[in-house]
Amino acid sequence: MNPRRQKRLLAVVAIVVLMGAAVWSMLMALSENIDHFYTPSEIIDGKAGAKPKVGQRLRIGGMVVPGTVKRDQDSLAVSFDLVDTGPAVTVSYSGILPDLFREGQGIVATGRLSESTHIIADEVLAKHDEEYMPPELAEKMKGIKHVKPSDAY
Amino acid sequence: MWKWLHPYAKSESTYQLCQTLFPWFAIPALLALMIGTIWGLVFAPADYQQGDSFRIIYIHVPSALLSMSTYAAMAIAAFIGLVWQIRTAYMAMMAIAPIGAAITFIALFTGAAWGKPMWGTWWVWDARLTSELVLLFLYLGVISLYKSFDDKLQAGKAAGVMALIGVINLPIIHYSVEWWNTLHQGATISKFDKPSIATEMLWPLLINILGMGLFIGALALKRLQNELLRRELHRPWVLKLLLKESKKSR
Repeated sequence: MNPRRQKRLLAVVAIVVLMGAAVWSMLMALSENIDHFYTPSEIIDGKAGAKPKVGQRLRIGGMVVPGTVKRDQDSLAVSFDLVDTGPAVTVSYSGILPDLFREGQGIVATGRLSESTHIIADEVLAKHDEEYMPPELAEKMKGIKHVKPSDAY
Repeated sequence: MWKWLHPYAKSESTYQLCQTLFPWFAIPALLALMIGTIWGLVFAPADYQQGDSFRIIYIHVPSALLSMSTYAAMAIAAFIGLVWQIRTAYMAMMAIAPIGAAITFIALFTGAAWGKPMWGTWWVWDARLTSELVLLFLYLGVISLYKSFDDKLQAGKAAGVMALIGVINLPIIHYSVEWWNTLHQGATISKFDKPSIATEMLWPLLINILGMGLFIGALALKRLQNELLRRELHRPWVLKLLLKESKKSR
């Protein structure tokens, strides 16, 4: 094989490898997103007829129920209830919560199902929407009176 | 209809065109970036949910948006090069590619720095974040593919094909937040609806997007000029130009 052809072959292989890597990482991202994602009511009633097993790793997305956040005074441990449209499940977590974590906020947690309605999370992420506005406007438009993240605790 | 374009097949006229256009990009870019950034970081109100942390939007959104537009510009140059066999188009493609890679990196970096305090993580394998990372790899792939050939025409063809294939990724990035359940929020301004951002926060953002776009344009013009000089170093027009410059500086 002459060097020119060899180079061309190399180029084609590079394209194939890069495209492959691209598609592969896409699929990885998708499977992580699609797989094992539950809402609180799906954990209790089951998703597509199958309830998650105790001990299974899963992701849960829901809203923090106001008044259920309990913080341990001596450590970073915290527990709270998550809800969507049905019954709530309890999440325990030990670690630093994101700035946006507060009552009524949508969050996504990753962890292990320890009892049928209890999750021990090792990651808690806050999800926010695409709306940005000054506090005065938010109060007028939505009736939300939010505290600044730094003043929340 | 396209006759007026024909003179620019000659490298010298392209060089001169870049020279004329450069100040029209560079000066407004500098002004817009200064106004937009200072307005956004100092004078715009804080967000109701995120407080002052939201201000990273003024760097993140322009770079993320323009990382995609820059890719489109590069792909158009690649397309022109492939179809009409114009080598200046390949040079334009390679002038744009590293700028695009840098701007994509800025988008990813500022996004990570924003994600840490707000979401609670630097990185998730979320569809939006992953597809933007793929965009960075596409830029790097185009650059390294081009560099791996000694024959620059061959190099342009190969890298051009790759740049064109990568266009598939652009709609994936844009719609990723709608098609999949992502941690990244939906589009704030790049949609047909009214932007979901208060007007006094929107203006500096738009100014910064404009400024960043012009800045990328100015950089691309300069890089194209450099590439033209480097490639045609022994052509009479370059020699004449050099002679003129050296006389001027003496």
